[in-house]
Amino acid sequence: MTKNLHLWVIPVLPLIGAAINGLLGRRFKNTMVSAIALLFTAASFGWAAWAVLQGLQYVNAEHKPYIETVATWITAGTFSAPFGFYLDQLSMIMVLVVTGVGFLIHIYSVGYMAHEGGYYRFFSYLNLFMFFMLKLVLANNYLLMFVGWEGVGLASYLLIGFFFLKDSAANAGKKAFIVNRIGDFAFLIGMFLLIQHCGTLNFGGDNGVFAQVSKYAPEAGWGWITITALCLMFGATGKSAQVPLYVWLPDAMEGPTPVSALIHAATMVTAGIYMIARSHAIFNLSPHALQIVAVIGCITAIFAATMGLAQTDIKRVLAYSTVSQLGYMFLACGAAAYSAGIFHLMTHAFFKALLFLGAGSVIHAVGGEQDMRRMGGLRKLIPWTFWVVTIATIAIAGIPPFAGFFSKDQILGEVYHSPYGGKVIWGIGVLTAGLTSFYMFRLWFMTFFGELKLGSVDLGEEAHAANAPAQAAHGDASHSHGHADDESHGHGGVHESPWVMLAPLVILAVLSFVGGWVGVPQFMGGHNEVEHFLAPVMESPAVVGEQAAPTVRVLDPSSRPEEKPASEEWLLAGASVAAGLIGLFFAYLLYYKRPELPDRITAKMHGIYMMVLHKYYIDEGYGAIFVKPLLALSTVVLWRGVDQGVIDGLVNGAGSASQGVGGELRRMQSGNIRSYAAWVAIGAAAILGYMIWLGVNR
Amino acid sequence: MVPLSWYLILSAVLFSLGVLGFLLKRNIITIFMSIELMLNAVNLSFVAFANFWNTHLPPGQTSIIPLSGQVFVFFVMVVAAAEAAVGLAIIIAVFRTRETLNVDRVNLLKL
Repeated sequence: MTKNLHLWVIPVLPLIGAAINGLLGRRFKNTMVSAIALLFTAASFGWAAWAVLQGLQYVNAEHKPYIETVATWITAGTFSAPFGFYLDQLSMIMVLVVTGVGFLIHIYSVGYMAHEGGYYRFFSYLNLFMFFMLKLVLANNYLLMFVGWEGVGLASYLLIGFFFLKDSAANAGKKAFIVNRIGDFAFLIGMFLLIQHCGTLNFGGDNGVFAQVSKYAPEAGWGWITITALCLMFGATGKSAQVPLYVWLPDAMEGPTPVSALIHAATMVTAGIYMIARSHAIFNLSPHALQIVAVIGCITAIFAATMGLAQTDIKRVLAYSTVSQLGYMFLACGAAAYSAGIFHLMTHAFFKALLFLGAGSVIHAVGGEQDMRRMGGLRKLIPWTFWVVTIATIAIAGIPPFAGFFSKDQILGEVYHSPYGGKVIWGIGVLTAGLTSFYMFRLWFMTFFGELKLGSVDLGEEAHAANAPAQAAHGDASHSHGHADDESHGHGGVHESPWVMLAPLVILAVLSFVGGWVGVPQFMGGHNEVEHFLAPVMESPAVVGEQAAPTVRVLDPSSRPEEKPASEEWLLAGASVAAGLIGLFFAYLLYYKRPELPDRITAKMHGIYMMVLHKYYIDEGYGAIFVKPLLALSTVVLWRGVDQGVIDGLVNGAGSASQGVGGELRRMQSGNIRSYAAWVAIGAAAILGYMIWLGVNR
Repeated sequence: MVPLSWYLILSAVLFSLGVLGFLLKRNIITIFMSIELMLNAVNLSFVAFANFWNTHLPPGQTSIIPLSGQVFVFFVMVVAAAEAAVGLAIIIAVFRTRETLNVDRVNLLKL
């Protein structure tokens, strides 16, 4: 079967939408703009769904990924990078998540952004993001993937800085872009290493990177494969907001809330996870790299979870929770349980998008307020939002049978058995699950229970010091449409969001509820469909490697004992659920039952509390260690020294030199006729003398 | 028969006098006359050579080219006459506007 799926249409459709809205949208009415944006996104989703159905037949029949080459892009010597598209089970999941969640968030944005300026700009950027993201997940080589990779970075920059008149938003956009560039640099080095050793960047095909890499034996030491894997991983830490490059993601919440949901929770930040899962053939060959990935994921998960505990800005809590959940996915990749990572990526996309959109709905309802200490009691006022956020909160807390439980439990189970995980990392993972549950229910209780405190709470100085950038202007700048802060207890001001915003929430809530059922593990009587679905992708290269070198067994996920004792599995699952419930209990105790307790606790542990509130002073540390010296270097050496001194010096020097020479020569032009005559006479005499000299010497 | 070199020495002396007069004198009229002196010094060497080659065959030539030197002299005289006409007109114009004939005071043509 050689059916042409025309995969290139999937990314190109949103690009057309972006072009129309971006170039002409200024003249369109808002309804026209949103119609165009929605139409092209929906078409892209439809085409993707069709292509996945068709591609599935192909992939199942041929046992190899569907590869489509549209045109040659770059050719240099023997190296060539085509405009190629690659569809296997992994990219099928990704393309459906991206277009599906993306479409829902587009719908939501129609309602959310209705009162904002730059409506057409917003939808144009959003469509542009879809284009790059789809290119990223469908690309058939690292270079084309890198174009999408950079492109989503650009779209993210544009959208974080969407309210660019606000200083903090513009700075957050720059920060995101620059921090990502650091990771991108490592990604580039990794690609160079691959070109050097494989001569190609193509994924699939007989001569692709993975086929070539699988001929190598696993590396015990620090060979080129390990270095390549580490470079790719460092690139992923930038995009997926892992330690040490996670700092941009919390600040990215300056963007409009749908952007936070789409880009900084559901799709773009998972690009790093996708890239590692895509490169699993490389990572599988390097125990060191896997170990480092697992450790980084583990550190990020616990670190971000603790930072999320003390945040008061509703979107920042969710941002740290995103970082923490991405740490889980990293951890799964490090344990070579890529399908578990991708499974969590998918469920996380559902419930985290839902949480952000729900938070957006809350912010919308209370007129742009983002500080949870000013919220409360919203349960009765915005019931729809309350219920969908409840579902998402339970899902992220890992309580069965909601989606988050299955994926998180699968990751923790895999980590427990993996040679790169073990009991310590598993323990930290469970602890993180407890913390996750705690801060999510803390958000839930603070927002929806108790009394509404809009404008009536005097927030201490320390809060402003801690969240200065976030609270510089409350909420999405101009989002407080008509609701003055002094309405305080006037409950009439709080309103449920329009249906165009609620409908996507409800769909996502259903997905957050049932989304995990596709991956019910075997010991619970399920079939773990996700793992079976992804098995052909994740195993085939490793099997080739197995023939080359039997030692690969340890690394092959399929070679781990298939029959794990069910009792142990139940125990592991029970532990993570227990952690979730304990977190729920503490949140209930501290933020519902006895709301005065948190203040007493923080007063007692003031030092630790301040450290957590200030996010362990990481931003300040980075500022002191990297940013300040770099700024100083740039100012003194590069700006004043090289640019002003050398480059400007050369240019201006050439100018002033000719000016000086001209100034000296000007004296010859005295205007005195006799001096002109003297010069003529001297010149004539000189020529005459020269001719005589020639004649004499002949 | 006066030898050729005498004519040439006289011509060189007259030319040098013209140059010196041009450089040292301030009055435009005098400078003008110095130019005429230089032109006529050249004319003198032209006719001297013309006369010389009328009696001596030039090296590599089989026949004498008559009058070639004299023709140049007439050219020079015509040019000198035209120059005198234009030059005197300029001098009158300069005198009318600046009321001086001192060239050191006619120095506006500079930065």
